[in-house]
Amino acid sequence: MDNKDIFYVREQMLPEQAPPATQSGIVKWMRDNLFSSWFNSLLTLVAIYFVIKIVTGAFPWFANGVWVSNSLAECREILQGKTGGCFAVLTERWHQLLFGFKYPDDQYWRPTLAFILLFVAVSPVLFIALPRKMLIFTGLYPFLAFWLIWGGTILIPVLVLVGFIVGYIIFTRLEAQSFAMAALGGIIGAAVIWALSGFVTSAASGVLALEAVPSRDMGGFMLNMILGVVCVSLSLPIGILLALGRQSSMPIIKWICVVFIEFIRGVPLITLLFVANVVLAYFLPPGTNFDLILRVIIMITMFSSAYIAEVIRGGLAALPTGQYEAADSLGLDYTQATRLIIMPQALKISIPGIVNVAVGLFKDTTLVSVISMFDLVGMIRGPILASTEWNGVYWELWLFAVFLFFVICYGISQYSQWLERQLHRGHH
Amino acid sequence: MSTLSDPPVERFQLSQLINDTRYRSYTFQFIALILLVLFFAYLGSNLVNNLREAGLNISFGFLSEPAGYDINQRLLDYNSQDSHLRASFLGLINTLIIAVLGCFTATIIGVTVGVLRLSNNWLVAKIMAIYVEIFRNVPVLIWILIIMAIFTASLPHMRSFHGDDPENTFALFNTLAVTKQGVWFSEPMFSRSLGEISLFGSHSLRFDVSLDFVAIIAVLMASFFGARAWTKHANKVQQETGVRPNTSLVNLAIWFVPLIALLIILGFYLDGPTLTGRKLKPIDDGIYLRNSLIALWFALSIYTAAFIAENVRAGILAISKGQTEAAASLGLRPGRIMNLVILPQALRVIIPPLISQYLNLTKNSSLAIAVGYMDITGTLGGITLNQTGRAIECVLMLMLFYLTISLSISAIMNAYNNAVKLKER
Amino acid sequence: MKKSVFLGALTVAGLAAGAAAAGTIDDVKARGKLNCGVTTGLVGFAAPDANGEWGGFDVGVCRAVAAAVLGDPNAVEFVPTTGKTRFTALASGEIDMLARNTTWTFSRDVDLKFEFVGVNYYDGQGFMVPKELGVSSAKELDGATVCIQTGTTTELNLADFFRANNISYEPVPIETNAEAQPLYLEGACDVYTTDASGLAATRAAFENPGDHVLLPEIISKEPLGPLVRHGDNEWGDVVRWTLNALIAAEELGVTSANIADLSASAGDNPEVNRLLGTEGNLGEMIGLDADWAQKAISAGGNYGELFEKNIGENTPVGLARGLNGQWTDGGLLYSPPFR
Repeated sequence: MDNKDIFYVREQMLPEQAPPATQSGIVKWMRDNLFSSWFNSLLTLVAIYFVIKIVTGAFPWFANGVWVSNSLAECREILQGKTGGCFAVLTERWHQLLFGFKYPDDQYWRPTLAFILLFVAVSPVLFIALPRKMLIFTGLYPFLAFWLIWGGTILIPVLVLVGFIVGYIIFTRLEAQSFAMAALGGIIGAAVIWALSGFVTSAASGVLALEAVPSRDMGGFMLNMILGVVCVSLSLPIGILLALGRQSSMPIIKWICVVFIEFIRGVPLITLLFVANVVLAYFLPPGTNFDLILRVIIMITMFSSAYIAEVIRGGLAALPTGQYEAADSLGLDYTQATRLIIMPQALKISIPGIVNVAVGLFKDTTLVSVISMFDLVGMIRGPILASTEWNGVYWELWLFAVFLFFVICYGISQYSQWLERQLHRGHH
Repeated sequence: MSTLSDPPVERFQLSQLINDTRYRSYTFQFIALILLVLFFAYLGSNLVNNLREAGLNISFGFLSEPAGYDINQRLLDYNSQDSHLRASFLGLINTLIIAVLGCFTATIIGVTVGVLRLSNNWLVAKIMAIYVEIFRNVPVLIWILIIMAIFTASLPHMRSFHGDDPENTFALFNTLAVTKQGVWFSEPMFSRSLGEISLFGSHSLRFDVSLDFVAIIAVLMASFFGARAWTKHANKVQQETGVRPNTSLVNLAIWFVPLIALLIILGFYLDGPTLTGRKLKPIDDGIYLRNSLIALWFALSIYTAAFIAENVRAGILAISKGQTEAAASLGLRPGRIMNLVILPQALRVIIPPLISQYLNLTKNSSLAIAVGYMDITGTLGGITLNQTGRAIECVLMLMLFYLTISLSISAIMNAYNNAVKLKER
Repeated sequence: MKKSVFLGALTVAGLAAGAAAAGTIDDVKARGKLNCGVTTGLVGFAAPDANGEWGGFDVGVCRAVAAAVLGDPNAVEFVPTTGKTRFTALASGEIDMLARNTTWTFSRDVDLKFEFVGVNYYDGQGFMVPKELGVSSAKELDGATVCIQTGTTTELNLADFFRANNISYEPVPIETNAEAQPLYLEGACDVYTTDASGLAATRAAFENPGDHVLLPEIISKEPLGPLVRHGDNEWGDVVRWTLNALIAAEELGVTSANIADLSASAGDNPEVNRLLGTEGNLGEMIGLDADWAQKAISAGGNYGELFEKNIGENTPVGLARGLNGQWTDGGLLYSPPFR
């Protein structure tokens, strides 16, 4: 072996060197993510400029904010020309913003409790992992919430619940014979109970009664929540029926559903609210006097059920034909196949879409302020901005409204995205 | 062995109506139809009873009566003695204006934001994500009101342009004035104008069309076809001889020479805005867009843009990475990859939700009533309804109008979907 | 999920509807509450305070009617209405009466089928401008941007006035007074026009009322009054005579301070006795208790007291009696005799 030519052979590895400063740590990250090209650098600089502008503009406004005062004039006195928000309007009027100006002060715990329980009731629906037993509470929740928010005797919701239970029992008894018969029997059974309950409740109106609050006294953010939750929940079953009807092979039923859905989706919600406000009364029998809130619930429910129907139709269409054929080959009839095979799968696919509709609908509940209902936006635009003390406090109030809606809608949409990821995982 | 015999003759039994699947669907449909008719008959009889009791009737006669109110932002001529129908028609035009303007800007902002959200610039992508989330998750009505408040609170007053030493002067070579009342900018005028033609005569739906405008459109269309023909010709020459005649310069000429010639013939000049020297109305002439229009336009655009951005992002993400890589392996440059491979496929995913966003924007424009922009909801569904008390008729017409728009947009969307459907072989 | 709430509410609504009888007065008595339509908020006339209690001049009329019919001035459900919703609310029976500074016009009375029971405030349409504009007459308003509440007669008057004087203007339609205020204050419109009383009330709510002037022109007659549906004359009578009772009480010197003494026993003035029910049977004729007018007046005082308390010169609104004085003082208030 002749190693003559080689003067030097390294026999030990050199220790690894740290990468150059420009290729590691924060510098590399910045080079990769912020200044990778001249265009990116430009974008970054522009973005930084705007962020700094916004932060420096907004910071003193928050930092100097006045939280205790009785009017805008007093706020300005305290600030003495400095930039600063007058958040005192929120501390003074928070109850009006949240509950409207007529809900009795000492009863605020009721809607608050109903709101907290809403999460308990909804969670088993939203998270499959939770124990199924919790669904019982979900079933009871509407009655509990009705009693908490509207007050009055607990007998009314209890008897309505009894009506549902009786209807369900009749339904299960008759179901073996025929679905249609069972459904009819169930409805009749429930209706009989409800008719009877009218006498009972009028006789014993004091049983476990909370102070009754008429729905006209609902207002503020609570009204948005009520409208959103009630209308979405009501429109789910209607939406399912409409979607099935639209997919149906019976031309007349299909036609009715198509016309309904396309009509509702073709007009803005505001025109439907006009209907609720100024037209619907003409179509009801003389002497009926629905609450405005009830009329609005009817119209918004119609509105959202058309959209939910379209989402569910998408879910139905996305199911492979094999599922329908498999159900048929097992000898299941239409209702069995729909209930046991098709709907569970279609609904599972449509949940993200339904959640999106729900978010949209919840945002649209602010439109009721246009027909002079005092929801959150109505409260701000009406009584608060028109009052002598708070004439001119826009930013603080609107920011508060943005904050409330953002928290709720962003939360729901994050849930929907989480669910989408879960569903995707399920497929692979 | 068995003998075939004729099947037993079926005797129709009543129970078959519900138990036999052949007849059951007819039974259900019949019941549904009956219920529907009963339902409408019930509503109808209630309506008739209620109207009789109140001594009212359904009639559209009010449409031809003088409206009595004025409309601030209008494209066509109108005065308070014109009919309610004319006022509604102006409202309709205003709705279409805001819808077209809004869709246009929302698309531009939305596509930009959607692409920037996928940018590899971390800061920009985050800012765009924040923008999208904030605007998507707060009601559009709140945005409209906030933006209106920002406009009125932060822009200079019209009167600041007035006086010997005004605080503000027109921007952009005297062609633009931005105030809290609205925006004025120069109006293209023609000293040798061809005049106008009036469509529909003196009817309530009369519509004046400027012939200058028609001429310009005609010339532009001619240029379009001319340029296309020249490009086609160039392709042909290239295929035959291998030498491509100059296209870009010639096309430029085809586009601009006739247009400029026409503008010179018509005597094109920019007019206004001008200072009047009056304190109440210091600025006049030119095109005036009221703050309500601008606030509504802006609010609807940035709200809808947040949704469009999401659609664009989803559309681009839907194209698998393999497409980019395949295109790159063919040696295409990044710009061409985007134009020739990614976008054509992404558009197929983007356009249907984009059109439904346009539809949403058009329907949301009915919130104009919150800022006092007089669209069809403000005129027909607002003042006309208030002044005449004809609630049923007005709301009915309003719904029919929106329904027509929605259905036409849906029809366009379906036509498009059929056109771009993957032709599977 | 919440179907029951809906159905429950429906049943409740159905029960309530079942109880509805023919006349409004029976409805009100059965319900135990008067549904009174008011504006969504106009300081001095009808506005909720920080506790949600409604107060104001129009509200006073509602309370007086509630006191006369139900004996309790607080048995009122105030239904806020906008210019758009007020007439439908009344026509559809959502409210029993409307006390929302509504102008009595021919077409509203005849075509829309309402019955104006009287006038509680004689008003006219005026203009408010910032002082710095230096305008002293409405005729100098050429080219002005004018904020105006839609759905009101003021909208039509305005168009007529500017047309008649051949001057141009730009209307900015606003749904409620509350929305007009910020627009006007921020300068988005140069002029705010509505009933002169409404202007005064609006100006009163400003931080610096002195920076704004009301122009001298009153371009229209705006008799504002409570109204009810056509065709229910008994109910119309109740509202009409409650309003008249308030006006007559002022004329006769019956105030909330001395009403207890005056109604304890029949006094010297037979008209006062008839009004307060210590003599005659006017209450029986109108279908109410004998002391109906006494309750109505006790609710918030007589017309003059209501005026002084809510919109008078010592309040921020600061309206002078002017046309709204008693006929004995040269005003237009003139109650038909109680006999």
